[in-house]
Parts: sequence; C-alpha cells; structure tokens
Amino acid sequence: MGIALNHYLVLAAILFSISIAGIIINRKNLIVILMSIELMLLAVNLNFIAFSHFLDDLAGQVFVFFILTVAAAEAAIGLAILVVLFRNKQTINVADINEMKG
Amino acid sequence: MTSFMQPNLLPALPEMVMLAMACLVLVVDLFLPQQKRGFTVLLSVLTLALVSWATLFTAPAAGAVITTFGGSFIVDSLAVTLKLAVYLVTFLVFVYSRDYLKDLDIYKGEYYVLGLFAVLGMMIMISAHSFLLLYLGLELLSLSLYAMIAFNRDSVSSSEAAMKYFVLGALASGLLLYGISIFYGISGTLDLTALSLVIKEQASTNPVMLAFALTFIVVGLSFKLGAVPFHMWLPDVYQGSPTSVTLFIGSAPKIAGFAMAIRLLIDGLAGLQIDWSMMLMMLAVASMALGNVVAIVQTNFKRMLAYSTISHVGFIMLGLLAATQTGLSSAMFYTLTYAITSSVAFGVLMLINCKGFNAQEIADLKGLNDTHPWYAALLAIALFSMAGVPPTVGFYAKLVVINAVIQVDMVWLGLVAVLLSVIGLYYYLRVVKVMYFDKPEDGQAITVKDALDVKILLSANSLSLILLGLFPSFLMAWCIAAFA
Repeated sequence: MGIALNHYLVLAAILFSISIAGIIINRKNLIVILMSIELMLLAVNLNFIAFSHFLDDLAGQVFVFFILTVAAAEAAIGLAILVVLFRNKQTINVADINEMKG
Repeated sequence: MTSFMQPNLLPALPEMVMLAMACLVLVVDLFLPQQKRGFTVLLSVLTLALVSWATLFTAPAAGAVITTFGGSFIVDSLAVTLKLAVYLVTFLVFVYSRDYLKDLDIYKGEYYVLGLFAVLGMMIMISAHSFLLLYLGLELLSLSLYAMIAFNRDSVSSSEAAMKYFVLGALASGLLLYGISIFYGISGTLDLTALSLVIKEQASTNPVMLAFALTFIVVGLSFKLGAVPFHMWLPDVYQGSPTSVTLFIGSAPKIAGFAMAIRLLIDGLAGLQIDWSMMLMMLAVASMALGNVVAIVQTNFKRMLAYSTISHVGFIMLGLLAATQTGLSSAMFYTLTYAITSSVAFGVLMLINCKGFNAQEIADLKGLNDTHPWYAALLAIALFSMAGVPPTVGFYAKLVVINAVIQVDMVWLGLVAVLLSVIGLYYYLRVVKVMYFDKPEDGQAITVKDALDVKILLSANSLSLILLGLFPSFLMAWCIAAFA
C-alpha cells in the first residue's frame, strides 16, 4: 500500500494551519511571521504537486514553479521592509508595531 | 505529444508595451539628474498614452471576445473598459503626486516605475482567464504596492504600514492559493471556463468540497478588496503610507480587484452563485455597517477615508451578489466612479500644507474655505459624492446598486444600505463643516502647493463628478455593454 492522495492533503492542511497560527498567534518576532508565510506557500505547493501527480496533469507542477518564484520575490521584499522597519524603530517585536491604532 | 504552437501574441500587445516601457523608464531614470526628474514623469504619462492606444488598437469589435495563450488570456469589452479606466486613474495619480513627492523629498523615479509595474499587474489581472495568470497579476500588483508604501524610507509609520500590508497581503494570497489548489484538485484544470463546466457537473454531487474551496477564494478576495472582517490592514495602510501612495492604492487597484471578483466569481464559479451570494451578503452588510460607524470617530482624514472605502466596498458587493446583468454593471459603475471620486479627495489633501507640514488631520482643514475657496469646493464635491448626495455621481451609483438588489427580491438589504449611507452622511458633512464654518486656530497657516496643470486636472476631475451625476447614461451604457 503506497501513500494515498489524502495523506498528502492532510499533511498540507496541517502545515497550512500551523502557518496561519504562526501568523496570528505570534506576538514576538516578525521574522517568524515571514517564515510562516513561506510555510503557507509551501503547504499550497504540496497540495498542487499531490493533485498534479494523482490527476496525471502537468499544469499543477507548472503552477508550483511560479509560486516558488513569486515566494522568492516576496521574501526579498518582505526582508527589505523588515530592514527599513528595524532602522526606524530599532525593534522587530510584533507587539511594538503599534504606531497606528483605531 | 502535441507540437509547440506559437500563440497569438497580438491581444497581449498592451501588456507587452507596458512591460517594455516600464523597463525603459527604469533605465532612463537612472541617468537623469534630480532637477530633470520631470522627464521621468513625462515618460510615464507617455507610456500610459501609448498603452491606451495599444488597448484601443487591439480591442475586439463590440460583443466579440478574443482569447489567446490557450484560453488563459482574454480580451473582451469588460477588459478594455476597465483597463482604460485604470490608465486614466493612474494618469491622474501621477500628475497629482508630483508636488507632494517634491515636498517630502522623495521625488524619485522609483515611484513612477513601481506605479507602472503595478498597472501592468492590474492589466494582467483584468485580462486573466486562468488561475495562474490571475495569481501572477495579483502578485505583481501587490509586490509593487508593498515597495511603494515603504519607499519613504525614514518614516516610521510608512514602514510600519508596509509591514502590515505585506503580512496580511501575503496571508490573503496564501488563502486564495489554497482555494485555487483545491479547485485544481476537483477539476484538474486551471482554466476558468473549463472549471465552470466541471462545477456545473459536480455542483450536486460534490457540494462540500466545492463550498470548502469557495470559502478560501471568497476570503482571499475580500482580504484584497478590504471587506469586513478582513479589513484590518486597510486603515493602517491608508494612514501610514505617503498620501500619494494612499491615493494610488485607493483608486486603481479597486478597479483591478473588481475585475478579479468578476473573473473568479462570474466567469469561473457561476455554478456556485447561491453559495457565494450568501457569503458576499454577510460581508457587504458587515462592511457597510462597520465602515460607516467607525469612520464617525476618526480624527485623521486619511483614516476616515479608509473606513469610508470599507463601506464603499460593501456597496460594490451589493451589486456583485445580485449577479444579474443590472447588478454587475451597476457594481462596475460604482467601482469606476468611486475610483474617480477618491482621486479627487486624496488629490486635494496632498496639495494642502498646514503649518508647513502636509495635512493629515481633519482639524488641519479648518477654515480652508477662507483661504482657498476653490480647493474647498473641489473637496466638498468629492465628499458629497462619496456620501451620495445628488446631483453628484455618488447618488446615482448608490441608486443603481440598491435598485439591483431590490430587483432580486432583497428589499431588506436595500433598506439596510440606505440606512447605513444616511449614517455615513454625518462624517462626510463634518469635514465640510470644518472647511466652511470653523475658524483656523492661531498660527495655523494653510498653504496650498499651487500648480496650474494640477489645478486644471483636479478641477476637471471634480466637476466630472457632477457631470457624471447629471448625465450618467453614457458611462452606464459602457458598463452594461461590458456584461452583455
């Protein structure tokens, strides 16, 4: 008995939930949030590849390549914003990012 | 194995021209000294003119639809109209922003280059007819916007706004992608037309999975549009960004967001209309209620307009959820006129300096009518239009949207919308009162960055709100034709 499609889907769903929790619950460090965002995209990639394999259709794997590329660009911009923020505030603590409220 | 076929590239001519020109502007700008920065602006505006020409040149005959790249790229009258609207609004943004950027000492080419790339992303979103293209267009738009917000590097609130927008924008893309991956698993295709056929087949046999995927799509979409309860980023981003960027975010991307909603919900997921109408209805009521009520307590003008945007998104959703031809065309009319209206409001705000600093607070506008009656009048027209006071276009836009929901037997929803827009009237009129009846405090000198071209454009922009309100039929005819 091999690994069935729903094993992949459940794993992807678990990873996706962990990443959402990481973004919402985390009150400490912005870098952890950036990591969670990457994890979320990877969970989606896992979904796509599993479907692509079991449907025997290449489009899903092509989509994954695009997601990987976009994720790299996104990480670059995210880290750049992080550097700018740190220069201005001397902190990357999530709880301190509270200039604007209401 | 099928052999490689050269796709028909001509329908994508506007996108290709835009890409080439944006790269050209990027390179040319590098070699310009600071005092010649005006050339970059000129070149950017020229790009928009060139792309408008390309769009009109490749536009299909009325009612015809062109698809290429294996059906993943579509040019129909909806795409042409929305693209032209995006160019127009971006042109206004580019011209209005110039003096503000100079004032903040961030008059750099990057603003214009990123703006052009964002427009390219919006064009791709508008013409996308597969999940892949839609996602790529959306990311190109979002990544450009993140950088635009942060590009006033020394401002604490700008970098904070950029970080918040980045995290929540990435979260929204992730949710959207997860929904897309499930739909891909159900249908085995990324193409929206093929998807709609599969959904028609499976709507009764596989309702749980479809509703599960649909929920993620709708949540991602409402994050991007800024509907309650996924609106948290919007007030902070509006307040924290440089006003020129707020102006951009508040106008053109709303048109692209509308296009994305149409492509996903109408072109792809029409078979699930009962489900998503229900979801949009809840989102619309929550957005209109929260937006209008919370805006009342705001003291920052940009933040107030952010909450007003949230309530307008609720109105746009009213038209979408009706999902009839009247509903969709009225939602489109609302989106287009809202983009034009908000460019007036932010455009005037950018020009006003209070005590040597750019005006942000509502109190900064005290006595604007005494010193600069013309600008006060222009801003007042925009505010009346947002509130929906006749004869401005905002009244007609609200009327057609509410009419659309009443036509599909949701009279109560129409009543809720009317009631909430009456509440909304209060905070718009409060700003008008501050401008016309309050006296400026001691030492509160208001100055205006007066430039003739900006003044002429801004006046035309503002007066067009009255003109469109009196004669809405020609714009409405375009909107109806887009959904014929």
